[in-house]
Amino acid sequence: MTAVLEVTNIRKSFGGIAAVNGVSFDVQEGEILGLIGPNGCGKSTLFNCILGQLSPSAGEVKVDGKVVTGMRPSELNGLGVSRTFQLLQVFPKLSVRENLILAGQEHQGNMLSRLLGPSDAGLTEAANQMIGFFKLDHLANEPAGGLSYGQQKLLDAAMAFMGGPRLVLLDEPAGGVNLTMLADLKDRLRAINQEKRATFVVIEHNMEFVMSLCTRVMVMAEGKVLAMGRPDEVRANPAVIEAYLGH
Amino acid sequence: MTAAKTLKIGLGIVVIAALIIVPMNFNRYGLFILSQWAVMTIAAMGLNLTLGYAGQVSLAQGAFVGIGAYTAAIMTSNGLPLIGALGVAIVLCFAIGWILGYPALRVQHHYLAFVTLAFSTLAFLVFRNEDWLTKGIYGISNIPRPEIFGYPTRRPLPFYYVCLGSLALVSLAVWWLIRSPWGRAFIALRENPVRALSLGIDTRRYTLMAFAIGSALGGVAGTLYAPLTQYVDPVPFHLSLSLDLLMMVIVGGSGFFFGPFLGAMIAVLLPEWLRFTQGYYLMLYAIAVIGLLIYSPTGILGILDRFISERRTKAASAQRAVAKAKLEVTP
Amino acid sequence: MSNLLDLLIAGLATGAIYAIVAVGFTLLWQTSQTINFAQGEFVMLPAFLMLAVMHAGAPFWLAILIGIALSLLLLGLGFKMLLVDPMLRHGVLPLAIATMALAIGIKEAAKQFWSAEASPFPSIIPGGDITIFGRVVALQSIGVLVLAILAVLGLTTLLNRTSIGHQMQAAAQNPTVARIIGVPVERMILLTFLINAFLVALASLLITPIYLAKFSNGEVLGQAAFIAAIVGGFNQVRGAIAGGLLIGVVDNLSAAYVSTQYRAAVPLVLLIAIILFRPQGMLGRPEERTV
Repeated sequence: MTAVLEVTNIRKSFGGIAAVNGVSFDVQEGEILGLIGPNGCGKSTLFNCILGQLSPSAGEVKVDGKVVTGMRPSELNGLGVSRTFQLLQVFPKLSVRENLILAGQEHQGNMLSRLLGPSDAGLTEAANQMIGFFKLDHLANEPAGGLSYGQQKLLDAAMAFMGGPRLVLLDEPAGGVNLTMLADLKDRLRAINQEKRATFVVIEHNMEFVMSLCTRVMVMAEGKVLAMGRPDEVRANPAVIEAYLGH
Repeated sequence: MTAAKTLKIGLGIVVIAALIIVPMNFNRYGLFILSQWAVMTIAAMGLNLTLGYAGQVSLAQGAFVGIGAYTAAIMTSNGLPLIGALGVAIVLCFAIGWILGYPALRVQHHYLAFVTLAFSTLAFLVFRNEDWLTKGIYGISNIPRPEIFGYPTRRPLPFYYVCLGSLALVSLAVWWLIRSPWGRAFIALRENPVRALSLGIDTRRYTLMAFAIGSALGGVAGTLYAPLTQYVDPVPFHLSLSLDLLMMVIVGGSGFFFGPFLGAMIAVLLPEWLRFTQGYYLMLYAIAVIGLLIYSPTGILGILDRFISERRTKAASAQRAVAKAKLEVTP
Repeated sequence: MSNLLDLLIAGLATGAIYAIVAVGFTLLWQTSQTINFAQGEFVMLPAFLMLAVMHAGAPFWLAILIGIALSLLLLGLGFKMLLVDPMLRHGVLPLAIATMALAIGIKEAAKQFWSAEASPFPSIIPGGDITIFGRVVALQSIGVLVLAILAVLGLTTLLNRTSIGHQMQAAAQNPTVARIIGVPVERMILLTFLINAFLVALASLLITPIYLAKFSNGEVLGQAAFIAAIVGGFNQVRGAIAGGLLIGVVDNLSAAYVSTQYRAAVPLVLLIAIILFRPQGMLGRPEERTV
C-alpha cells in the first residue's frame, strides 16, 4: 500500500526565519491525520507548501507516489487534492448550490464543454446530494453570504468534497462553530472518510475534536515535528504536554 | 416569484418592441444616436465581462473599438464584405486582448490600469502615424454600408436594425457565457482568486479569456462603428473613449448584465437631452458620475440590487419570526 | 555632442517638473491609496485660476499667491473632503474612477469658463539666454530646473529632517501604529493633500509659460507623471524624482533621435517594460502581495 501523501524534509523560511524547518511525514489511504501545535508553529505554512500556495525553500511532496512539489494549486486540485482555509472562503454572492457547482465544475469535461454545455455542468444533482448530506437543504438557493458562520463553515467543507477528492486538507474546520454543528461536522467528515475512502489531514485547535476524529495525530512546535502517533500516545507524550497541552 | 418573472418577460417584450417600432418615424439624427447607443453597448458589454465579471481593470477598450473600426474601414473600402471584416476584427482583437492579458497575471489593479492605458495610447499613435494603412489624420471616408441577405442598408433605418440585431446577438452570446461555468469561474476570479485556484479553477486561463473575449466584443462594436459613421479617423479612439466606456460600465452597474445598456444610454443619450445646457453637459455628467459613485460604487443597478435584497432580507426575517411564533404556540 | 547637452538640459528641466507632479502623485497614493487620474488636470487648473485673477486686474505676483491659495483650497482640502473621504471606504478602484470623472469635469470647466483656445501665460523667469561654460543656454530652462530642484530639496528636507515629516511617513507606512504612538494621522493625511496641491500649483506656474494655458494640457502632463511615478517606484518619493527626470530626458532625446511621430511611444514602452519586469520600479520596494 502506497501512501496518499508523502512529505519529505519540507523547509520554508521568510527572510531568514524558518517557519517550517524540515518536516517529514506520510499519510496512508483512508487515514485521518490530525495536525496540532501552538499558534505560529508552522501548520498553515506547511499546508500552503504542500498545496502549492507557497513554494517550499527545500523538500519534496508526493501525492500517490508522484512528485508534485511546485505544482500550481489548480493542477493539484485536478489530481484530487482539495482543501479548506482557516478563514472562511465561500463566494458570498453566489447561492449555496452555485458555490458547490463552482467547486465541482472544473472536474467535469473540458474548457469547451464548460462553455457550450449546460449551465450547471451537469452537477445540480451532485450539488443537491452534497447539500442534503450537510443538511443545508432549506438554504440551497440563499446567497452564501447570508448564512450563519457555522453554516458557511459547513458549506466551505462541502465545497472541498465536490470534486470527489482523494485527499483533503482541512485548516481549522471547527474554528468558531457551535457545539451542535460541531457534532454534525465531525459526523459528516467521518461518514465521507468511510464511504468514499477519502484521506484527511486536519489542522485543529479543538483537542476534543481532533482526539475523537483522527486516527493519528502529529504535533508541531517551532517548525518541527515534535511527536507523531495515536491520539492516546500523543496525549501521554511528556514533550507534547510540556509544549502544548500543558497550558 | 412567478408573477415577478411574468412581469420581467413582459417588460422585456415591451422594450424590444419599442426599440423596433418607435424609431420608425425618427429622423436621420435620432436614428444615428440610437445606433450609436447599440454600438457602444456592445463595446461596454465586452468591458463589463473583463472588469465587471472577471474583475480585471482595462483602460484599452476604446483601442479595440478602434482596431475593429479600422479593420472594417480598410477591408470594406477595398470591396471586401463587412462580415469578413467582422471575422478578422474578432480574431485580431481576441489575439491582442489575450496578449494584453498577460500583464494581468503578474500585476493587479492600478498597474494593470497603467499597462492598458499605455497600450491604448500606443494604439492611437499607430492609427495616427501609419498613413499607408490608416490614412493618418485624414482618415478613411466613404465607408460603404453592407448588404444583408441582399438588402442594402444604406439608409439610416435599415442600418439601425443592423446595429440593433447585432446587439441582440451579442446580448444572447454574453448571456449564455455568464450563466455558463465560465461565467461562474469569472466571478470566482473576481471575488477570491486564491480560493478559486484551490478549487481547480485555472485562474490564468480564465483571466486571459476574460481579456480576450472582452476585447473581441470591442472589435465587434468597432466593425459596426465604421459603417455607421462612414468615416474613420484617429480622434474618436483616443484614450478618452476607453475612459468613457469604463464609466459607462461603472455608472450602469459593473457586474450586472444590464449595466452596459443603461450606462451606454446615459453616456450617449444624456448629452442630447442636456443639449439646452450647451457646453456644460460634460461637466454636469462628470459631477453626476462622482455623486453616483460616492452613493453607490456599483452604479445604478447596484442601488436597485441593494434595494431588492434589503426587501428580501426583511421578508425572510419576517417569515422566520412567524415560523418561530408558530413553534412557540404549538408545544 | 553639443546638441546632446542642450537636449539634456531641456530634458532635465521638463523632467524636474514631471518629478514635482509625480512626487505629489505618490504622496497621495502612500497616505490614502488615492490614484489620482486627475493629477494632470490639477496641474492645468492653477494657471487658469491665476489668469482669471489677473483678468480681474490683479498684478502677476498677487495672482500667483491667490492662485496657490485657491489650489490649496480646491485641489487640496476640497478634493480630500468632497471626493476622497467619502469614496475611500469603497476601495481603490471606484476612487480611481471617480478621479477620472473629476478629470473630465475640470477639463470641461476650464474649456467652458475660460476658452477652448490656448492663452499665453507670463513666466516668472525672465527671458533671454545666459552663457555657461561657453555655451548659450535659455534662462528659462535653467530657471525651471533650479526652482524645481529647490522644491524637491525642500520637500525631501521636510519629509526626512523634520518632525512633521517623520510623522507623515509614519502615518503613510502604518496608520494604526502611528495612531497608537500619538501621530495625528488625519491631520498628516490632510497635509499631504495640501502639499500635493502646492506642488501642482508650482508645476503649473513653471510649465504653463512653455505649453501655454490650454484645457487639454493635463492629458500629457498626467500621463508623464504616472509614468514617472511607476518607472521610479510608486511607493518612494526619491523614486518619483528619479523617474520624473528620466522621463523628461527620454522624452527630449526620443523627440530628437527616434521620430517626432513616435516620441510619445518611448516612455510608454519603458512603462510597460518596467511594469512587466520590475513592477516595484527602479528604486521602489516590492509591495507585499496578500494571499
